[in-house]
Amino acid sequence: MSGTGRANVLKSLALATTMLIAGAASALAGASEADFKAAYAAAEAANKQAASLRNQWTTTAAALAAAKKAAEAGDFDTAVASSQEAEALAKASIYQARSEKDAWKALEIH
Amino acid sequence: MSGEVNVRSAIHFASAALALAALSFGAMPFAVAADTPDPAADAKAFQKFFTEKFPKVKLDDFVNGPYSMNEDMHRQWEEKEQFPPYDFSLDLGKEMFAKPFKNGKSYADCFPNQGKGIRQNYPTFDEKEGKVVTLELALNRCREANGEAPFSYVKDEMAALTAYMAFTSRGKPFDIKIPNDPRALEAYENGKRYFYTRRGQLNFSCASCHVQNPGERIRAEVLAPALGILNAMPIYRSEWGGMGTISRRFTTCNSQIRGVPLEPQSDEYRDLEYYLSYVSNGLPVSGPGARP
Repeated sequence: MSGTGRANVLKSLALATTMLIAGAASALAGASEADFKAAYAAAEAANKQAASLRNQWTTTAAALAAAKKAAEAGDFDTAVASSQEAEALAKASIYQARSEKDAWKALEIH
Repeated sequence: MSGEVNVRSAIHFASAALALAALSFGAMPFAVAADTPDPAADAKAFQKFFTEKFPKVKLDDFVNGPYSMNEDMHRQWEEKEQFPPYDFSLDLGKEMFAKPFKNGKSYADCFPNQGKGIRQNYPTFDEKEGKVVTLELALNRCREANGEAPFSYVKDEMAALTAYMAFTSRGKPFDIKIPNDPRALEAYENGKRYFYTRRGQLNFSCASCHVQNPGERIRAEVLAPALGILNAMPIYRSEWGGMGTISRRFTTCNSQIRGVPLEPQSDEYRDLEYYLSYVSNGLPVSGPGARP
């Protein structure tokens, strides 16, 4: 790798590190009750959609319960993080249900 | 932060998929399903798959689940059958079955042949209702029609009743019928789809364990083949420390793969039971059974 190339890679790494630190700092900035409510509502909506596809995951329910418990204890940072985890899990279960609509056939015995 | 959580979830999901891929290593190649449903051809292919995969296991022996998978386990099963752990449930079921309801009628009044020796015919397809009717459902409908409260589908009373009905049918070959009714064929197809569909965070289908990996271990458990898996129901499971109905088996399987179970006797589970029973046609009733 040339000197310029190496410098560019280092620059990119430095930029990525700065962005990661900034991201972590904003995450730790202190979530509010309103942040929690918004994040929780989004997670619940996704989980409801998974229910309509008859494909909810137990881990989504666990993350939602953890979010509620943290919010009740006034820990909104944890509550928001758990809500976002629940939303991600619910979205993965929706993706699974949709992709399996046809993919199941590949496993069938013939 | 949201991105971080998404990445973590994706990693969990990918890990589960990788674990499954590792588990499935060496699985048979499967062709893509044809579009026209043909249950008879399905059943033939299903049985052929298992008899070719386990050439030393006699067809009728598949109903003994993990105990059919090797000689040591088969000997364990033979010894267990000397003093079977389901005996208490069987006695209770016999007593419950004979006891009249408050209105003087009994279970015998709800079933053909007074309910004896008929297990092999369930599930049936009720053309009037347009749906699959399992034995557990028929038993609760019998209770309700006679002014009695239904039993839980996953608890001991239902297990005891179905244990007794299976016992009176032991050795009779499964004889599940699909009538010439498009709704029956649809129910069968829905059951098949449910069986092969991956679900839960672990991304497993019923087939992942019971078609691709029977005889293999998941932790200490030897996985049972799907062929004949319902012929032994209900079962006493040492892991449960008690009896379990088909409903209990289905809901537990779903939660073990981190999927939220559906309600017992939901349409999906009824259809699944229809499919799984149909492809085991010809294999004998061996229930009640005992499993590790």
